[in-house]
Amino acid sequence: MATHESHKKRSGLMDWLTTVDHKKIGILYLLAGGFFFLIGGLEAVLMRIQLMEPDSKIFTGELYNQLLTMHGTTMIFLAAMPIIFGFMNAIVPLQLGARDVAFPYVNAVGFWLFFFGGVLLNLSWFLGGAPEAGWTAYAPLSTVAEDTGVDFYVLGLQIAGAGTLAGGINFLVTIINMRAPGMTFMRMPLFTWASFVTSGLILFAFPALTVGFFLLMFERVFDANFFNPDMGGNILIWEHIFWIFGHPEVYILILPAFGIISEVISTFSNKRLFGYSAMVFATVLIGFLGFMVWVHHMFTVGLGPVANSIFAVATMAIAIPTGVKIFNWIFTMWGGQIRFSTAMLFAVGFVPTFVMGGVTGVMLSVPAADYQYHDSYFVVAHFHYVIVGGLILGLFSGLYYWYPRMFNRVLNETLGKWNFWLFFIGFHLTFFPQHWLGLMGMPRRVYTYMSGQDLDGANFVSTIGAILMGAGTIVLLINIIISASSKYATTKDPWDGRTLEWAMPVPTPEYNFAQTPLVRGLDALYVEKTAGNGDMTPAEPVGEIHMPNGSILPFILSLGMFISGFGFIYSNWYVAGAGLGLVLITMFLRSIIDDHGYHIHKEEVEADIKGGRA
Amino acid sequence: MKKWLQKGRFLSLFAMLALLLMGCGDPTLSTLIPQGEVADKQFQLMLISISIMILVLVVVFVLYAFVLLKFRKKKGDNSTPKQVEGNHMLELLWTVIPILLLIILAVPTVMRTFEFSADAKPASKNELSIKVTGHQYWWEFEYPKEELITSQELVLPADTKVHVELSSADVIHSFWIPSLAGKTDTNPGDKNKNYMWFDTGSKTDVVYKGKCAELCGASHALMDFKVRVVSKEDYKNWVAGYKAADDKSSANADGQQVFEKNCLSCHAVGQNGGNTGPSLTGFGDKDRVAGILEHDKENLKKWIKDPQEVKPGNNMPKVNLSDEEIDAVSDYLLGLKLK
Repeated sequence: MATHESHKKRSGLMDWLTTVDHKKIGILYLLAGGFFFLIGGLEAVLMRIQLMEPDSKIFTGELYNQLLTMHGTTMIFLAAMPIIFGFMNAIVPLQLGARDVAFPYVNAVGFWLFFFGGVLLNLSWFLGGAPEAGWTAYAPLSTVAEDTGVDFYVLGLQIAGAGTLAGGINFLVTIINMRAPGMTFMRMPLFTWASFVTSGLILFAFPALTVGFFLLMFERVFDANFFNPDMGGNILIWEHIFWIFGHPEVYILILPAFGIISEVISTFSNKRLFGYSAMVFATVLIGFLGFMVWVHHMFTVGLGPVANSIFAVATMAIAIPTGVKIFNWIFTMWGGQIRFSTAMLFAVGFVPTFVMGGVTGVMLSVPAADYQYHDSYFVVAHFHYVIVGGLILGLFSGLYYWYPRMFNRVLNETLGKWNFWLFFIGFHLTFFPQHWLGLMGMPRRVYTYMSGQDLDGANFVSTIGAILMGAGTIVLLINIIISASSKYATTKDPWDGRTLEWAMPVPTPEYNFAQTPLVRGLDALYVEKTAGNGDMTPAEPVGEIHMPNGSILPFILSLGMFISGFGFIYSNWYVAGAGLGLVLITMFLRSIIDDHGYHIHKEEVEADIKGGRA
Repeated sequence: MKKWLQKGRFLSLFAMLALLLMGCGDPTLSTLIPQGEVADKQFQLMLISISIMILVLVVVFVLYAFVLLKFRKKKGDNSTPKQVEGNHMLELLWTVIPILLLIILAVPTVMRTFEFSADAKPASKNELSIKVTGHQYWWEFEYPKEELITSQELVLPADTKVHVELSSADVIHSFWIPSLAGKTDTNPGDKNKNYMWFDTGSKTDVVYKGKCAELCGASHALMDFKVRVVSKEDYKNWVAGYKAADDKSSANADGQQVFEKNCLSCHAVGQNGGNTGPSLTGFGDKDRVAGILEHDKENLKKWIKDPQEVKPGNNMPKVNLSDEEIDAVSDYLLGLKLK
């Protein structure tokens, strides 16, 4: 019924709404994730302003709880995860030598589900108030809340989470099936390895969250009683399910950052990664152990000394592969020629900061001492050291590193250094004093503290630090705006790269590689630079390239979920049904429309090669 | 390196750390100024883990600083560094040493984890047993043997082991007295009751600060309580005084009338009254109004006039009282003193 070989060239907005190109979806993820990152950051600064002085009354009670809930939820689900997916989309297929991901259509579905889920959640600010039960949404606080905030939380994240799961499966399949000839598993760049393990973690961790959200949704929307002790339910069910997801989630976030740091340190030290196979093994081991430590979030819940001890020792064990990584990074630099570009500065800042977050992690794994640390500002300091000092510094590093490949422009290095130093110093000013605040008896998630408890000074310093971090982020924005208004100004390989993503001209052709490259070793491009003519050897003759067609259906499908989300939040079954109906219709259309994609003809590819465009 | 690690040196590092950390913060709130056996041992665990971790930090940071300074790219040097695959000896070294360090840490960890929970059962004769119930946003303390119920202020004898049973009337709270012991959650539902114990320490006539450590709603930040540790004799007198107290222990008759009409259905004084709100027996002797405000008449009036203004989201209704009635009932409440 549909025509073979039909291909509509779309432009402007319609092109972005219908794209299934991994490079464009990567940019969409990065833009949307960046936008939510700014919102989450603003929420953080507002909280720090409230806590700047004791007994302050700017954002109190419910409103403060909404800020802390939305800050955590937004940063984890709507900023960090999508930015990671942005880099995975933009870079992994290139590093593999693939033309696209395995399921381009599913890739678009994943993005739009995340996007609409995030928008739905954030609309709660304007529709009766945001969720206020914390990003962990512990029952019964989350089930007894009478406003719609938690409904937005559960439905928004359920929809966004479905997108994440789809994305994770997509990258698993892509990495297993679409490696270029010669790209064996043990030749894959570390970022691709990290993406692979992260996708595996998503595959096993997110279904737990999905189940948890369904229970919470049924409890709130249909008056179920899973967590209601008066009706035979048990509140601990939620805590377990949440952390069975929640702890792997931490590794889902940090592993890609490890990958980015490995690439950047190797490139800017001009050395191959020290102990590559140990690094790969450590990544896999961290991912594996990540599923066996969730109870360390629940030491004070009362599970007894046996459970607490087992999970304590398991948690300590994670320090070992993580330590292996740290030393391998340091020895990658050993004997190298370190160039301090902005990307490298962020990576250099990452290592000691993450080590500090790691050692407090080991301290937290001691249950009897954790009874003092738990739910205090010590924990806040710890997880911001690993998530901001680890993940976010890693993402900034990746942004400066891959920006030329994604946007065909190099970010300004002077502004980049301002960005780094403001953010880095601000970060330590914000979070280092919080260790002390926790030890001195300040619980977390409090909107105020009374004067006369020796908590004033450290809180004040912390707020100053947060403002500096904000300033650093604004410098980054300025840098991006300046670069956006400048012309394409980059060579294909600005950093003297070692991996395949630097092997093609800029802008990256829509089919990535005119001819699939032949990979002859780890650091495929570096191998060619030293042993060949500096270009990849093709593994196939020039031929027709088969490409997928764009489609508006992923957008409409996700819009349907968005509408049904509203229906469930307000218990309006017509709206819920209409939204789900729209989803079914798009699924039906997707099934019956026979779309074979299109071919780029040999002559066009040859012309591109001749013109230096491929 | 080896010399530096000798036992004496290591101990002196330990002592220096203890000095550095001790004295940080408010002596009635800080975990770094521990009182009593449990908090003491928890502080020791902190010191052990911090010492091991500082050792790790120093090694990593020194090595890192050396690498960053030594291996910067020098101008004009365009040689290619040797591409090293790895080193099995080194890999082994930085796998095995952390394992050893973690074993050193794991032993006291497991020991103390069992120690702090093993005694979490009802007390023997010489020990004290209390039941703690968390409410949005106040604490109820029941002394089963003494048969009395207090709120917001836990009075305890010094040098006594206290066994605690924890539960919640609504959402999850967490019971934390940083100076005396780490926290344990109060879970709703009979199946998830928790137990803990702590030691009250040797100091007497000191008021420790207690906190709720689990997000429990709008006024989570304000869910403070106090732990007053007194001598054993004072404790006995307090128990006797508390049990003897009744709603006539205050002399203000007008206030008493207002109280009986408007407040008694939720708040108990002596044996009379409801239990949905905190008991107000001996209110005049307490440390804080609503757990947070300075204990004076002005604050008490402010609280009664509009409880939501002080503690957003709490369950005390705004009772329709005239200014005179509020004045009288405040006088009555502040007059409720133990003998």
